[in-house]
Amino acid sequence: MTATSPTTAPLRGPQPTPIAWLQKNLFNSWFNSILTLVLGGILAWALINLVTWALTDARWEVIPANLPLYFVGRYPSDQYWRLWIALGLISALAGLSWGVLARNVSFLFTRGALIILGVLAVIGVLMPTPPLYRFLTVSLILICAVTAWLGRSLARQLPNLGQWLSLGWIASFFVVLWLISGGLGLPPVSTNAWTGLLLTLLLSVVSTVLSFPLGVILALGRQSSLPVVRWLSTIYIELVRGVPLLAILFMGQVMIPLFLPEGARPDRVVRAIAALTLFTAAYLAENVRGGLQAIPRGQVEAARSLGLNTPLTMGFIVLPQALKIAIPAIVGQFISLFQDTTLVSIVGLLELLGISRAIISTPPFIGLTRETYLFIGLLYWVLCYSMSIGSRKIEEKLHTGH
Amino acid sequence: MRKWGLLAAALSLTLAACGGGGTTTGTATTTGGEGGTTATATGGSRLNAVQQRGQLICGVEGTIPGFSSIGSDGSYTGLDVDVCRAVAAAVLGDPEAVEYRNLDSTERFTALRGGEVDMLSRNTTWTLSRDAAGGNAMEFAPTTFFDAQGMMVRADSGVQTLEDMEGQSICVETGTTTELNLTSRMTELGVTYTDVKFQDGNETAQAYLEGRCDGFTSDKSQLNARRSNFSNPDEHIILDVSMSKEPLGPVTMNNDSAWYDTVKWVVYGLIQAEEFGITQANVQQIAGSTDNADIKLLLGVEGDLGTQLGLQPDFMVNAIEAVGNYGEIYDRNIGDDIPRGLNQLWTEGGLMYSPPFR
Repeated sequence: MTATSPTTAPLRGPQPTPIAWLQKNLFNSWFNSILTLVLGGILAWALINLVTWALTDARWEVIPANLPLYFVGRYPSDQYWRLWIALGLISALAGLSWGVLARNVSFLFTRGALIILGVLAVIGVLMPTPPLYRFLTVSLILICAVTAWLGRSLARQLPNLGQWLSLGWIASFFVVLWLISGGLGLPPVSTNAWTGLLLTLLLSVVSTVLSFPLGVILALGRQSSLPVVRWLSTIYIELVRGVPLLAILFMGQVMIPLFLPEGARPDRVVRAIAALTLFTAAYLAENVRGGLQAIPRGQVEAARSLGLNTPLTMGFIVLPQALKIAIPAIVGQFISLFQDTTLVSIVGLLELLGISRAIISTPPFIGLTRETYLFIGLLYWVLCYSMSIGSRKIEEKLHTGH
Repeated sequence: MRKWGLLAAALSLTLAACGGGGTTTGTATTTGGEGGTTATATGGSRLNAVQQRGQLICGVEGTIPGFSSIGSDGSYTGLDVDVCRAVAAAVLGDPEAVEYRNLDSTERFTALRGGEVDMLSRNTTWTLSRDAAGGNAMEFAPTTFFDAQGMMVRADSGVQTLEDMEGQSICVETGTTTELNLTSRMTELGVTYTDVKFQDGNETAQAYLEGRCDGFTSDKSQLNARRSNFSNPDEHIILDVSMSKEPLGPVTMNNDSAWYDTVKWVVYGLIQAEEFGITQANVQQIAGSTDNADIKLLLGVEGDLGTQLGLQPDFMVNAIEAVGNYGEIYDRNIGDDIPRGLNQLWTEGGLMYSPPFR
């Protein structure tokens, strides 16, 4: 490493030995030494207790026995194939997108990518599920890798592939919804059976997709020079931001039935999606507005002087820059939307947290709260962390620099 | 003007997007959702609505072991669930034609009143204020489980009665009648105690296990179910006191006699079947061969009792075939955890008594 970049070598100096590093960072004064010892002791003690508990006391059988329940809840098991097809579709699209994004990179399967794929494959093989599901999980990873390689080779020949891919994602959104809900030739699956992680993902993806355009429109509306539009947007944003999400969810689940006649009511899942969307859109609007305000006025003036009208100025000059600036805040909002979906378990929808609470009340598993909550905590963390890694990648990709 | 155009275009785009999402998700609801509008508008009774929809929407608790809980295969089981299945079998001929809704204690009555569910079978205590027109205005079908509030303590604590709990701390779930009963019973006895309150039954039990309180109060059925899953059940005892009466049963809306009578007589039918010794296994055989006039009436071999309710004459055959008689339901879901006690038939010294099927 030092050999290839000799300019940075003198700055970094030789690698310190571990002991020197410890002395420099943890034991550089008597006070810090005591602090290190005390905190290190507490941490070690907690870790030892946790590991002892996890290896001896913990009754992990609650996880494998209920694995399908955590992931897809009460979805009818003879219809699981639809979910696998949906997953296959998503893996293929994800692989293709990866390939297209990496079309100018010489090595597609870098060490990091290989490690991630390898870890996923090992998890897939070791999963305590029937062999068929393990096989399918590993196939998904293979699909992803193969399509990535395909995507890269194709993208070098077809420069427009990226746009088609975006269309593909939009189409897949509806195809996946159709696969999950049924109809048009497939036996319908009632929304009542949409539970577990499936419902969590569905709620957050659909709400994300719907709230994004709404949030952008509200942000533009708040900046508008037309007073009525500006006031309406401002009133909406401030009203929604002044009410807790739980109150909006209760409103949807408990109040709407009181003033809408039976039959005219949207489904419970749709009501939850509406509540999450309306809530997130208001916050998103403020994030986007932050981005809009960071665009120097000169950009708009330059666009005008080139003869662009307002929609073109907005669409080609202002919004792309504003959204790029707002990406960290927007992704943060989506991560918190993902976590907020747990609130729907309070209004009787069995998403991941709700189904977990049901599982720990089922006779053989009563009281296994720690095992269950640790497991779903890990699931939430993996999903949220991959979202933030994704956002960082997008930022790097869009960092065209000024 | 141009700005308005842009705004309108953008707005219609979003609306189209929302509409698109709504319809795709909406297709699934036709079978499971609220399909009963026309029936409610024309037929009047819930019974017609359920029959037209071909599905019963039953509100359950969903997290009470033995009463309603979700098994590893995603199916609902429990005593409350079996009552839903029996009603579905009696009304629709198919015990699987039930959609379960998990309802918590705050939204159960709103959901029933708003027509979100056809009936509650959700561990609901029958009280005057919940029954009366001036209160919650519900109709209570016959009690399917006579419960009582109990107290669990550690076996080595030496506590035998509530009076022994002077100065001790008690874990209780807040916002329930359990909490009120604890206060009034202890005040009556003149025992001072510290209450430690929790929002959720699981947390309450966990706190008791961790030693944060000396006693844990809840309905006896729940105490038993939890204790059976403790790692050392023998270290805990449930005191031989009943702190309250908790008759639990199915609930329907007020002012809908046809539907209320249906639910009521299906429950009575399950009790009557136990009295006659009719079980899941032998119901068909008995229906074909019995000479007992009363059994013939119950099973619809003779007479038109079912038709009078607006059901098929053999509605009880379907119900019993689906879930068995009351005793079988009890044994299957609660079993040996809780002795039957008050839930015995009246002939065995309990309170389970059905008016005659004549």
